[in-house]
Parts: sequence; structure tokens; C-alpha cells
Amino acid sequence: MTYTARLRVWRGDTGGGALTDYEVEVNEGEVVLDILHRLQATQTPDLAVRWNCKAGKCGSCSAEINGRPRLLCMTRMSVFEPGETLTVTPMRTFPVIRDLVADVSFNYAKAREIPSFTPPPDLGPGEYRMKQADVGRSQEFRKCIECYLCQNTCHVVRDHEENKPAFAGPRYLMRVAELEMHPLDIADRVADVQDEHGLGLCNITKCCTDVCPEGIKITDNALIPMKERVADQRYDPLVWLGRTITRRRDRPARG
Amino acid sequence: MTAQVRGVAAPTRAQVPAGTLRTDRWWLLPAATTVGLLTFVVYGGFRAFQQQYFFADERYLTPFYSPCVSLGCASEPGSAHFGMFLPDHPLIPYAALSLPFLLVFRLTCYYYRKAYYRSVWIAPAACAVPEPHAKYTGETRFPLILQNAHRYLFYLTVIISLINTYDAIVAFRHPDDGFVVGIGNVVLLANVVLLWCYTLSCHSCRHVMGGRLTHFSKHPVRYRIWTWISALNTRHATFAWITLGTLVVTDLYVLLVASGTITDLRLVG
Repeated sequence: MTYTARLRVWRGDTGGGALTDYEVEVNEGEVVLDILHRLQATQTPDLAVRWNCKAGKCGSCSAEINGRPRLLCMTRMSVFEPGETLTVTPMRTFPVIRDLVADVSFNYAKAREIPSFTPPPDLGPGEYRMKQADVGRSQEFRKCIECYLCQNTCHVVRDHEENKPAFAGPRYLMRVAELEMHPLDIADRVADVQDEHGLGLCNITKCCTDVCPEGIKITDNALIPMKERVADQRYDPLVWLGRTITRRRDRPARG
Repeated sequence: MTAQVRGVAAPTRAQVPAGTLRTDRWWLLPAATTVGLLTFVVYGGFRAFQQQYFFADERYLTPFYSPCVSLGCASEPGSAHFGMFLPDHPLIPYAALSLPFLLVFRLTCYYYRKAYYRSVWIAPAACAVPEPHAKYTGETRFPLILQNAHRYLFYLTVIISLINTYDAIVAFRHPDDGFVVGIGNVVLLANVVLLWCYTLSCHSCRHVMGGRLTHFSKHPVRYRIWTWISALNTRHATFAWITLGTLVVTDLYVLLVASGTITDLRLVG
């Protein structure tokens, strides 16, 4: 079925902008990114939109469609009514560069703040051996395509710009969890995740999980387990007592 | 300066003339959650302090009065399985040893936190909908830092669930008729099974049982238990709501039988 869709696309830059109305042809099986490309090709050649793989794997085309953070390339036009007006804006947590392109460098800065994988010093490259049961949890987090939709939707930074220096965001709290749960990582990341990366700011309202295009259970499998590990180390006198007796205070949760 | 100016309307972000552009009924879920939680709190509060109609057919004890440890429990002989020692006062629930802990267990539960942060506290009401608060410190300060005590409430709830299980089992024995099975037994048993599902699917339970380990392969039994609990944990929110419902239904059934409004149907005995 071919029909003409009504689109409202945010056009502008840091100096200001507005939602602009367009009408664009839609064909069977197309996604929102297809429509934006047709708009670019036929009406507004200067429309800025970031994209790459068009297969939901590169994480480039993150934006907000009718106010919901989504990948442009994975949102089918068929989920909307033909008469519905589609509003497309850039991600609203990050500074805008132009039109639908946001400056996501906040995330790169947060990535650099996390100490990298730390294997035992006596283990050389090529000597890593681990069992599937031990790496299963971390592997789920490796599915992340870094689209930053979770970072964009998290109200801790979306609604509170002042929290950005203190809060790594769900994507990077999940990165800490990935390393903390890794069987060959020997760094103790629990204190840092609370003090340096702002885990305590997370109130587990699960928006990060809701918008993840890879279906990663960020809250249940990464953030809450990390909160529990922090509770082990900071807020559980019984665990503290047990570790004191068994002299395991230096590396608590490595079972 | 409002929260919105600080948030999505902050300088350098795309200047969109609306806090949210969501067109779906995003307000419906938080509104329904508020109504659901409020209904339970009002009903539970009323029943906890009613101090009447809590023991039916000489064997059905409602979970709102378990364990019945007040001197007032003497009004219903057989309802106190663990002694009576708390003073009989209108402001002291007969199950004052369990109700506060059960309430705090649910208050600090990771699912209920999400539910009431979104619905009651509106932080945020829905994803990509601006929250009204000018400042946000999450769970870093008092009193919300106390949410970290959830595991202790879990331990206590396991004990209380054992007591509920005991109540459900002894309810099969009538003082005069011996072993009997009535509709009330089915209701009590279903309630206690679902309470265990909720309790064992808790995130703290998942962590304590195996989640805190780094090398699952060295602890195959705990890994297996963690796997089971993880499967249950995916339905934790569902059990959270179902058990609110079964608690009310169970209590209501006991109330109706105890007050003589309905008669318990005997299936066996």
C-alpha cells in the first residue's frame, strides 16, 4: 500500500529550530529512515540525519519518534496509522548539532572514565580460558550496539543536566557490570560504580530496558546486581562480618 | 527555573516546544498503578486495625493477622499459633510482628520501587516524559539510601512466609472434624504458593543465592539455584501484583466466612 504520510521534523541547530511539516510518500515495508531519506532526496537535500547500517546494528540513527526514543531504521511505518502525523526529533538529552543529529560525545567521555579490562598479571594474551557459565552474564551486555537510546531516555540526565558529571548512565553502568562479572577481571569495581559512576542516582525505573533495541535487560541483569554488590560491600554488616572473619575484605565478591 | 528548563529545554539541546511529544496514553499505567497501590493500602490498613473477623471455621487464619500474637487473639481460640504477648490495643495490629516488615519488604522491593517512583513520585511518570522535580539525588541520600536494606527484609519475609505456610497446612485440620478440605484451604494454599513465588523471585534472593558469585562453574549447585530464581525473577512484577490480589482475596474470604456472610464449602470431610 502506498500513501502519503504527514511528517513533522525538527530542523535547526544550537541557535534554535522548529518542527517543520512535510508530506512524503510511503511504500509497503518501509521504515522511518526510508521516509527521511526520501524526504532528503526529494524535498530537503540539506536535512541532517545520521545513519549507517540500516539494520539495527550500528546504533547510528537514534532519534525520537512521536516522543519515544527509537532507532529510525528499526521503526516500521506500518506501526503507525496512515493518517497519523509523525513527529521526529533528535535525541533530547544531548546537545543538538543539526536537525536530527545530536552530539553524543558525552558518552565517549563516560566510556573513557571506566578502567579497562584487567586480567591477572600472570596471564598473557592467548592464555585466557573461561567457562561458558562464567561469561554468560557478561555476554548479554556485549550485545550493546551503543545507540545511546538508554542514555537518552534516562531521566537522571535527561531531566537534570547537572547530574551529567556524576552519572555514567545505564550503558556505562552496564559496562562496569560486564567487567565486574567477568571471570578474568580482577579489578574491584564496586566502590567506583557507586562513587565515581553514580549508581546511587539510578532509581531503577527501567526506561533504559524499555528502549533497548537489543532487548538487553539492563536494569534486572546489570544495574540491580551492581546495586546488590554495593549493598554487600557498603550496607550489609553481616557480609562485612563474614569477610572480616574469613579475611576476604580485599576482594569480596569473587566467588 | 522549572525542571523543564533544566531538562530537555536546557541550552544546547534541540529547542522543542513541548516537554514530551508522546502521543500514546503514557499516563494510564502510572495512574492505574497509583489506584492499585492505594486500594491495597486502604484495604490492608482497614483490615489490620479492624481486629475482627480474622479467624474462620476454627482453622482459617487470614494472612493479615498471621502470626496472631496479641492478647486480643484470645477472642478467637486457636488463632494464635505462636503465643499471645502483645498488648490488646486498637492501634496495635494483632500481627504487629509481621505486618510492618512485610510492608517495608514491599516498599524496598526493586519492582515496587519502580512502580511508586513512576506513579506516586513521578520520577519519571513514563519514559521520555519530563519529571516535575527541580532536583534529583536518586537513592544516594537518606531516606532513600535505606532501600539498600532490602535483603534484610527479604530474610525476615522468608520467616513470615514459613509461618504463612504453617497456617495454610494446619488449616487442613479442624479441631472437631479432623482432616478436612474446604474452599478456604484452596484459597489459603494458592495464596501461600504465590507468596513464595513473589518472595523467591526477589532480586536480593537472586543475588544472595548465586548472583554475587563471579565463577558460577565453581559452584554448580548455587548456579543451578540462581538459574531457577532468575527464571522466576523475570516475572517478579507479575507476582508482585498477583500477590496483592491474592492477599486481598484470601483475607476477604476469611472475613466473609468469619462474619457469617458466606459458608465455607467442604470438599473433603
